[in-house]
Amino acid sequence: MKLFKTALKSLLGNGLKTWLTVFVLSVSFVLIIFMQGLLEGWSRQAVIDAVAWEIAGGQYWSEAYDPYDPFSLDSCARDIPDQLMPAAESGLLEAVLISQGTIYPQGRMQGVILKGIDPEQQIVKLPTRLLAGEGPEIPVIIGAHMAKQAHLKENDLVTLRWRDANGTFEAADLRIAGIFVTTVPTIDNGQIWLALDKLQSMMLRENQASILIASPDYEAQQLEGWLFKDVEELSSNTIAMVKAKSMGMAIFYLIFLLLALLAIFDTQTLAIFRRQREIGTLVALGMTRKQVQWLFTLEGSLNALLAIALGCLYGIPLFIYLSTNGLSFPIDVSEFGLPVSDVMYPYYSLKLIVGTIVFILLSTALVSYLPARQIARMNPTEAIRGKMH
Amino acid sequence: MIVEVKHLTKKFPVGKAYFTALKDLNLSFAEAEFTGLVGPSGSGKTTLLNIIGSLDVPSEGEVIVLGKSVGRLSPPEAALLRKQELGFIFQNYNLLPVYTVFENVEFPLLLLDMPARERKKRVLESLSWLGLSDKVNSRPAQLSGGECQRVAIARAMVKRPRLVLADEPTANLDSVNSHNILQAMLKLNQELKTSFIFATHDEKVIGYLKRIIQLEDGRVAEDRLV
Ligand SMILES: Nc1ncnc2c1ncn2[C@@H]1O[C@H](COP(=O)(O)OP(=O)(O)OP(=O)(O)O)[C@@H](O)[C@H]1O
Ligand SMILES: [Mg+2]
Repeated sequence: MKLFKTALKSLLGNGLKTWLTVFVLSVSFVLIIFMQGLLEGWSRQAVIDAVAWEIAGGQYWSEAYDPYDPFSLDSCARDIPDQLMPAAESGLLEAVLISQGTIYPQGRMQGVILKGIDPEQQIVKLPTRLLAGEGPEIPVIIGAHMAKQAHLKENDLVTLRWRDANGTFEAADLRIAGIFVTTVPTIDNGQIWLALDKLQSMMLRENQASILIASPDYEAQQLEGWLFKDVEELSSNTIAMVKAKSMGMAIFYLIFLLLALLAIFDTQTLAIFRRQREIGTLVALGMTRKQVQWLFTLEGSLNALLAIALGCLYGIPLFIYLSTNGLSFPIDVSEFGLPVSDVMYPYYSLKLIVGTIVFILLSTALVSYLPARQIARMNPTEAIRGKMH
Repeated sequence: MIVEVKHLTKKFPVGKAYFTALKDLNLSFAEAEFTGLVGPSGSGKTTLLNIIGSLDVPSEGEVIVLGKSVGRLSPPEAALLRKQELGFIFQNYNLLPVYTVFENVEFPLLLLDMPARERKKRVLESLSWLGLSDKVNSRPAQLSGGECQRVAIARAMVKRPRLVLADEPTANLDSVNSHNILQAMLKLNQELKTSFIFATHDEKVIGYLKRIIQLEDGRVAEDRLV
């Protein structure tokens, strides 16, 4: 405690220089929490959206289904197992058939993924009722991002070409029955949704599916040829995607943190030489060199305490404001191909805040300690006279 | 005896060879002495004072300070000896610049874990001995050299050490201030029975000494009582 006061006095004795360092350090402290909070809020929202639109209570995947391998799509569909039929009929499971095709919007050619789903389904948020209509063209729904990319509007017609299970090419006209807005890119980009029975007959795959989406009330069972992926496993992809795309954000606060740590390191290194007389005096007054070393480390580390206090002063109101009012993005974030909603609500967890405080404290203590190690090697009789070089 | 120096030799490494600064020294210092180490520059005064102050160790022989052989003390033990029993006064005062006069003088008592009320009493008493009662809240930068050295003396005396080591305490002071601080120290020597050992070549200091040890080239040339 007594050393704490001593260290604090010495530190504040540096005046403006200390406050500048403390300010920069506090900015990096606030930025880390701000950005990590944003990231956390973002991935939470992304998972919630993914569950609502795509994952629901988990999914059965046909063993051969691999969403990252388009060539697997045509061959992965298999008969819906008899054991699952009762659940499928009662709406606890919704079969989805996934296949490929090519559309020709305005004379251009674009590969698409076709997904067939029951228009009556209640499990995911997709507006599938629009798929039920009869007519000369096949009603389909697409996401807003897909619509923009392919220049398609509601009620537009577009030609689809596909190969059925026998490898025969077929073609038909599609009518855009609806455009839905979602933040989940994996049901939007390059995808066209249509009625399951329609797609099954187009592909000559009656009663087949690639995946089955489960309602949250459904209890999964072991099945030959099918793998059940629970919500946690399916949403880990979403979280990983958000994390990967947001790595760049870390650069901002790392630069600030580096600046502040460099300033502290520099101050400490200089202080060891400029203040050797003081160091020698402390030893003469009865401290060991080790104690003086810790005193200087403490002094440097106090930068972090002050920075955290200062950061709280302007950070807490900022964080409270942001987590209640959210943060809106002026640009069209759907361009990122990322699950981003218009208004993001950052999420500041206790773990994040405590973790950041510990991280800042430790890194500051380290850059304070490294130069202070020099003190243990000092000769006190020379230090008292200020003779060290 | 407060200090016993037995066959003390001190060698400093200089390049690949050694420089012998103190050669087979034998001395002893009793309680309440007011003694000066005098001699030309380079004769070893500071070196001897540093070893007695447990800031340095003998190369050969032994120096026993208050019953403890300084060459055999671990760093914490040496620090404890300095903290409890020794006071230091330096040529350049070496006050802690960010502290007030009060805090500078209080510091040795903080290291001794003395309770706050007792500390305050001792600090104020010590400052009044040295005529600094009106400078309690000043900072070293606001004081004259003489005042700084008086603060340094107050800091050395506040814990009532058995032994005070003063290396050229008047080197930066004018004659009036030098006499001032010497009178203050002499008074403390008489009232508190504190032993003082000076290293000096200042005639003004020598005039106050009760025992003069003349060092020459690392040896005792003369040791006389005044
Ligand atoms: N750390 C050291 N390394 C090498 N030589 C040293 C060291 N310290 C002192 N010496 C040498 O030992 C001798 C005695 O030095 P010391 O400082 O004790 O002299 P002094 O009597 O105090 O002189 P002054 O009156 O100039 O202060 C000098 O020749 C000095 O150069
Ligand atoms: Mg000297």
